Amino acid sequence: MSVLERQQETPLTPHKPNKPIVNDFSLVFATANGTGSQTANLTLLRSFFKMGIPVHGKNIFPSNIQGLPTWYHIRVSHEGYIALRPSEILVAFNPATAAEDLQELPTGGVCIYNADLKNLPQRDDIVYYPVPVSQLISGVEVPVKRKPYIANMTYVGVVAWMLGVPLEVVEEALGAQFGYRQNLAESNMQVVRRAHAWASEHLCKQDPYHLEPMNKTEGLIMMTGNEAGALGAVFGGVSVAAWYPITPSTSFMDALREFLSKLRRDENGKPTYAVIQAEDELAAVGIVLGAGWAGARALTATSGPGISLMAEFVSYGYFAEIPAVIWDIQRVGPSTGLPTRTSQGDVCFVYTLGHGDTKHPILFPSSIEECFEFGWRSLDLAEQLQTPVFVLSDLDLGMNNWMGKPFDYPSQPLQRGKVLGTEELEALGGFARYKDVDGDGIPYRTLPGTPHPLAAYFTRGSGHNEQAQYSERADDWERNMARLARKFETARGLVPAPAIDHNPSAKVGIIAYGTTRYAIEEARDRLARQLPTSFLRLRALPINQQVREFVAAHERVYVIELNRDGQMHSILQAEMPTYAARLRSIAHLDGLPLTAQWVQARLLQEEANG
Amino acid sequence: MENPNPAPFKLNAVGLSKKDYDGAPSTLCKGCGHNSIASQVVQVGFELNLRPHEIIKLSGIGCSSKSPAYFLGMSHGFNALHGRMPSVATGALLANHTLRAIGVSGDGDTGNIGLGQFKHLLRRNVRMVYIVENNGVYGLTKGQFSATAEEGLTLKYAGRNEFPPVDLCMEAIIAGCGFVARSFAGDAKQVRELLKAALSHRGTALLDIISPCVAFNNEDDSPKSYGYGTKHEKPLHELGFIPYAEEISIEPLEPGEFRTVRLHDGSLISLRNLDNDYDPTNKLAALERLQRAQETGEFITGLIYYNPDRPSLAEVEGLSTPLAQLSAEQLRPSRTALEQFLQAYR
Repeated sequence: MSVLERQQETPLTPHKPNKPIVNDFSLVFATANGTGSQTANLTLLRSFFKMGIPVHGKNIFPSNIQGLPTWYHIRVSHEGYIALRPSEILVAFNPATAAEDLQELPTGGVCIYNADLKNLPQRDDIVYYPVPVSQLISGVEVPVKRKPYIANMTYVGVVAWMLGVPLEVVEEALGAQFGYRQNLAESNMQVVRRAHAWASEHLCKQDPYHLEPMNKTEGLIMMTGNEAGALGAVFGGVSVAAWYPITPSTSFMDALREFLSKLRRDENGKPTYAVIQAEDELAAVGIVLGAGWAGARALTATSGPGISLMAEFVSYGYFAEIPAVIWDIQRVGPSTGLPTRTSQGDVCFVYTLGHGDTKHPILFPSSIEECFEFGWRSLDLAEQLQTPVFVLSDLDLGMNNWMGKPFDYPSQPLQRGKVLGTEELEALGGFARYKDVDGDGIPYRTLPGTPHPLAAYFTRGSGHNEQAQYSERADDWERNMARLARKFETARGLVPAPAIDHNPSAKVGIIAYGTTRYAIEEARDRLARQLPTSFLRLRALPINQQVREFVAAHERVYVIELNRDGQMHSILQAEMPTYAARLRSIAHLDGLPLTAQWVQARLLQEEANG
Repeated sequence: MENPNPAPFKLNAVGLSKKDYDGAPSTLCKGCGHNSIASQVVQVGFELNLRPHEIIKLSGIGCSSKSPAYFLGMSHGFNALHGRMPSVATGALLANHTLRAIGVSGDGDTGNIGLGQFKHLLRRNVRMVYIVENNGVYGLTKGQFSATAEEGLTLKYAGRNEFPPVDLCMEAIIAGCGFVARSFAGDAKQVRELLKAALSHRGTALLDIISPCVAFNNEDDSPKSYGYGTKHEKPLHELGFIPYAEEISIEPLEPGEFRTVRLHDGSLISLRNLDNDYDPTNKLAALERLQRAQETGEFITGLIYYNPDRPSLAEVEGLSTPLAQLSAEQLRPSRTALEQFLQAYR
């Protein structure tokens, strides 16, 4: 039974539980920011995961430390669908939004609410469960300042009761949240137990929602995209990192520092890395380029506004040919736009960031496995291509917890690119820094500190000839830029190839990238009979021949993305002008991840319009 | 290292001639102060037996920033963005903290567009020599005031400067810099001795060198002109640099007249006082002296402040093997490490 079909069924009436709904529904936890609800939410998420049920959580949170509304969505799906979808179960713990949240519940839904909430609207088509929060937390021994944080544990107990989650599973999940602070874990668990016991005694289950153990998460891990990317970078040998704090990239650098400190020390325990919090993003990327030039693998992580500040240096890095990796965890809008909401809005900006004929390889991870893989691969690519390489993630992937397979160890040794040492220089009798020796557009470089009189060259943003000497000659400029274009052609074969699901009977193709895949994959399944489609998921720019062939093989290809103007659509049209008319844009941005329902409706609408 | 320019030139202890420390021919104006500074870098490289491959030279944008092309042609160079040399230097020296760096900037590059990066470089105490070739005007864009121009100065192109100057030495002291010097491009010997001492410093060493712009700011009444500098330069002391390797014997002199300062690598700088027993290790006195000089229009030069106590950035980060020279095994943790690490996420 599909989600939509079920939503169209006869409304459930309270007190008469209909057919049980098992492992296929969504919950939303409405709380105020800064009240510790994240611990409660993650405890439930991990509990469901430990029960073996495919699950995913999305935090829709405000740009605020304390007080503004937060919604945490958890979807469980025995079929493994994890895209955002409307919730049947509401945990209403925020007085400011409770009335509106309640109105959004479908008929047959459930509202678990803080009994202290006044004037909660009454609907006769949903089930209500009160939680006497003050009563349940009174007398629990926690430091006074932690008192507000344990209040949210009451709904953990009631949800566990309602869905049938064993308390020992909750306890295990809670322990993982608190790590070494076991005394705090114990007092929180005490609240969970009390709430569970209270619910068992005072509430009567009137709703159809149940969780039953499965084995679909066996062997899987759960991690945020930012953690996975940072871990990938550690296994890619990153040695210098510099950044300026900006949501949603900050947790990438937090994870990187933590992982480096555990995994990258020499035999004397000394760090084999340096992480610098820079004064701004200009300095952050300047440090990265300086380190890359001198031979250390280096990266920075930022978001859209930070990319703006990096533009001048990235342009320089392209032209002077310096390895660098830049993670852009995309968020919405300029300045503080919607800094805690997700988007794919930096694609066009980043692709040609700079002044005058610049273009950059971009990797698009869509999962924690790809965040890890692109974490190390981007560092290889940057040194192989001697150029800044971008990884475009987004807030949804970066900051939320996702299931994934344990990461594969890197499949190839570190690719350090074309670097000449003393012996090679001696044998060659010197080198020309910007000469295309191999016909792939990639020149040879030397590192500062190489003990040979012919190793040195001068790196500059000014016009230069093959010997890296200052030149304003028209032919030198043009030859150099033509070589850089050739190098970009080489990049097409080096960046990750697209993932393609070709359906031979489909006339319609879909192209997408990043986290929109989850809504699209679900929508494709739902539409399998009505509108069969093929799917090409771009994993990088520049595109390769496979993308061209995919477009050629379909009558219409929809490029679905999370921005207003269809940025990838316009890039693909420019890359394939002969197919421009077949490429159609389905673009949308409201700050939230796409839902399968939306994708499905839009595809049908576009097809109906012809 | 093999010497590509063998005799007839005199060779130094690392087998190089002075010519081996040259760069490309200068494209700056004839008589530009920057050229005389570049020639002092060449001289110092030769005299200190520097190995060119152990040096990196960096700069920002502007006339000053062209000059690294004109010295140490056998050293890697990096002509960065306007005002952004400090971040590039920071990254390069994190990648390889055993390199010695000479950065060349200008008053616009440091005092205007790059003031932020300049101050943060000093806060972090990145080990490098940071030369500001300070002439108070923008040359390449033809004569606008920079932030170091004196209040009330009138120039043909720029008109009258209505704003107070940024004193880079004061900014450096306040930012925590432990080697702050001012000199004059026309005083070759002092520039040379300060450069040598700066190369021995533990962290960032600032040399704010007044370097007249013959095209836009060289009228005799301008404090950054040759005429004014030659006439009014007031050294705080007579400087001498004594490298660590050499036999050190200092004749005792009258107290109060002479002092020696031991630099971080063991070499010494001797200071013969010319200015009322000026003490360059006293931070407040240094600030007070700079302030007084600004108020009275004195052109004081010399080692204005010295304090080697603060560790360099590489020391703070605890670096040992240069990060650019780590082996593949050191760079990538093992397969087992990955498997163990992921256990916590199951």
